[in-house]
Amino acid sequence: MKRVPMPKLPLEERVRTFKEVALGYTEEQAVAEASRCLQCEKPLCVEGCPVGVDIPLFIKYVAEGDFESAVEVVRERNSLPAICGRVCPQENQCEGRCALGKRGDAINIGGLERFVADWELKRGLRIPEKAEPTGKAVAVVGSGPAGLTAAAELAKFGFEVVVFEALHKPGGVLTYGIPEFRLPKSVVEAEVDYVKKLGVDIQTDVVVGKTITIEELFQEGYEAVFVATGAGLPNFLNVPGENLCGIYSANEFLIRINLMEAYKFPHESDTPIKVGDKAIVVGGGNVALDAARCALRLGARETTVIYRRTEREMPARREEYANALEEGIRFKFLTQPVGFEGDSSGWVREVKCVRMRLGKPDESGRRRPIPVEGSDFRIPADTVVVAIGQSPNPLIPRTTKGLAVSKKGTIVVDPETLETTVRRVYAGGDIVTGAATVISAMAAGKKAANSIKKALLGS
Amino acid sequence: MLLESIAPRIHQLVVHAPLIAKKARPGQFVILRADARGERIPLTLCDWSSRDGWVKMIFQEVGVTTKKLASLKPGEFVEDIVGPLGTPAEIAQYGTVCVVGGGVGAAAAYPRAKSLKQAGNEVVAIIGARSSEYVILEESFKGVCDELFIATDDGSRGFKGFVSQLLEKLLEEGKRFNYVFAAGPVPMMRAVAEVTKPYGIKTVVSLNPIMVDGTGMCGSCRVTVGGVRRFCCVDGPEFDAHQVDFSELMSRLSMYVEEEGRALALYEGASFDEG
Ligand SMILES: Cc1cc2nc3c(=O)[nH]c(=O)nc-3n(C[C@H](O)[C@H](O)[C@H](O)COP(=O)(O)OP(=O)(O)OC[C@H]3O[C@@H](n4cnc5c(N)ncnc54)[C@H](O)[C@@H]3O)c2cc1C
Ligand SMILES: Cc1cc2nc3c(=O)[nH]c(=O)nc-3n(C[C@H](O)[C@H](O)[C@H](O)COP(=O)(O)OP(=O)(O)OC[C@H]3O[C@@H](n4cnc5c(N)ncnc54)[C@H](O)[C@@H]3O)c2cc1C
Ligand code: SF4
Ligand code: FES
Repeated sequence: MKRVPMPKLPLEERVRTFKEVALGYTEEQAVAEASRCLQCEKPLCVEGCPVGVDIPLFIKYVAEGDFESAVEVVRERNSLPAICGRVCPQENQCEGRCALGKRGDAINIGGLERFVADWELKRGLRIPEKAEPTGKAVAVVGSGPAGLTAAAELAKFGFEVVVFEALHKPGGVLTYGIPEFRLPKSVVEAEVDYVKKLGVDIQTDVVVGKTITIEELFQEGYEAVFVATGAGLPNFLNVPGENLCGIYSANEFLIRINLMEAYKFPHESDTPIKVGDKAIVVGGGNVALDAARCALRLGARETTVIYRRTEREMPARREEYANALEEGIRFKFLTQPVGFEGDSSGWVREVKCVRMRLGKPDESGRRRPIPVEGSDFRIPADTVVVAIGQSPNPLIPRTTKGLAVSKKGTIVVDPETLETTVRRVYAGGDIVTGAATVISAMAAGKKAANSIKKALLGS
Repeated sequence: MLLESIAPRIHQLVVHAPLIAKKARPGQFVILRADARGERIPLTLCDWSSRDGWVKMIFQEVGVTTKKLASLKPGEFVEDIVGPLGTPAEIAQYGTVCVVGGGVGAAAAYPRAKSLKQAGNEVVAIIGARSSEYVILEESFKGVCDELFIATDDGSRGFKGFVSQLLEKLLEEGKRFNYVFAAGPVPMMRAVAEVTKPYGIKTVVSLNPIMVDGTGMCGSCRVTVGGVRRFCCVDGPEFDAHQVDFSELMSRLSMYVEEEGRALALYEGASFDEG
């Protein structure tokens, strides 16, 4: 049984604009896709879902055309369904376990989740009932999925919640990282709006650790603090020539494009970006593919992703890999940059590479890439984006006495409560796990909110 | 928001920002946006009052954002201001120090002169400009310095020549400094570093690479200091002048000249149409 195909923007239009690629199911398509579900007695999909959404139940409602009930089922466990439906790596989670996937196509659970969430957005989000005010205030640092989820939950519990965000717009990676063509900013804004309607105060332009410290937040009367500052520090290759003009970290490239809307420069945005004819993106994750697809849309004639392992080990979502191939992005596997050459005015002109081969599996279980001696070669380039991972920002650990961090710089927490080594300071999301997923960040936000409730209200 | 022109195309901007004013230290800066479509640009904190909750920046009109800031009307707001960013300056008692400010760099030099004076140093300041009408903060410097020298490129005020040449002259005449701080255009900071190097004087410069977030998230502001990559917005903006790769900084600063030119032409065309 084939899944109902997801309608997409025509290819010619896609490669020139930042409009969303996947258009979403119509009601008829959603009902048809939902009707394929076997309603398994022991649904494996639910086991694959990090927040345990009752997937067969919501799908059953969709099949019956009862979208209202379907939304309620999803919302019970997932507070950001319009976002998760679009960006979760479903193939490793629910859909990867779906019974139908063994012989045919798994149900498009992500597509259906998105359908019900979009249906709800169109109707207008209803604000759930809140508990009686507790008279206690909680501060949340960072407004990515972890921070937003915790804030929403805490507000529902009756706490006064203030979110502090360093940038001028809330949303974390959802706003500054994931491009419009994959996650429209209007969807993120709607979710942020929902959190605000719950009574949460989001204060942008506040860098905790600089503008105000965690210690001072307690002095101001907050009784608990949830740190959800993400993994925002870009890793570089540390090879010669990496500071040449035209070489961007993926974070800079994507912040300019998504947060600062440089793709509208100069007519509707003042922030420039520069993409030449030949763009090279280094990496193999979602971040690399997002950067490559942005480069293409900004006019690169040839966009090539170079990755040191093979297609099989690439951590990017499969759907986006397929989209990237369709759009004409090229891939060079088993390739590692070892340096960059520039021209006399300091602009990058070439990437120096070596070929790799795969050795024994490493800690991540993936086969370790090993350089092949004497295999040096060069690729011409006038724009390079380095997308080889992000690390936790050390700002808060550096300015908070007693806050323990791991060797990798992630904040150490009690896995049960998410409390850090500082009393009443909790942490979750990428700042604890290292770069991970939206859904795991969301789950952490929920967990921390519950622990905070327990600590402050005793239940 | 209060805006005042203090020299041709140089303005002083005072913003009510109590949280920033409370935390501000010499050597730090803010990032601001002029309007909702605006770029994020860094400006040095020139002065502030933690009691009254204001911060003061001095900027020169060079492109779209600074021109937009310059056209703010009384009572209007800047869209965003975030800070204080960067690592506060190391202020110690060195003995006799020289603080050098080239052009609008005087705005960064002033809080350093003030704090060095408060720390018990003998402070000599050199401020320079293209010509006399561009000299800024003269009175403020007088209030915190033991000696003030002025240099202008055209000789219309004080020494005729660059601030670095004046510094060199003072050193040649036998003046001795235990510490030099310089802020201004990159060629000027490089020249100061070259002048002090043979004398082995500890020299610190405040670097001005292109920034975006200002919190260590993007790496746009990366500079090479002593062969090591540093993020100017969090590790700086002040670095040991004798270790800085100034050529790299110069070339990175020119990354968008073409785009900036186009944006400016468009903006000036549009404001011309309106006006
Ligand atoms: C380009 C890109 C594409 C991705 N694609 C996917 C995908 O398709 N699917 C998926 O599941 N995951 C994806 N991810 C990963 C996912 O986005 C993250 O795992 C998730 O956003 C982590 O959420 P968070 O709330 O922990 O942190 P973040 O989303 O990083 O948010 C942290 C927020 O805290 C703010 N902050 C940091 N320090 C401070 C401070 N000192 N004071 C105040 N505020 C501060 C930051 O500005 C930021 O807004 C992607 C990531 C990137 C970068
Ligand atoms: C830490 C720091 C402190 C600074 N303090 C002051 C100050 O006190 N007073 C002052 O007048 N200027 C200061 N600057 C420089 C100021 O930020 C730039 O003049 C300003 O960004 C120019 O913006 P624009 O849109 O008007 O001009 P544009 O036309 O956009 O740019 C003109 C030139 O300014 C530089 N520039 C452009 N964008 C940025 C950016 N986002 N960040 C940094 N530089 C950029 C480039 O070299 C560019 O060629 C400081 C810079 C830094 C990094
Ligand atoms: S595993 Fe697949 S078929 Fe079974 S209930 Fe879940 S979505 Fe339906
Ligand atoms: S400005 Fe982005 S890291 Fe410094």
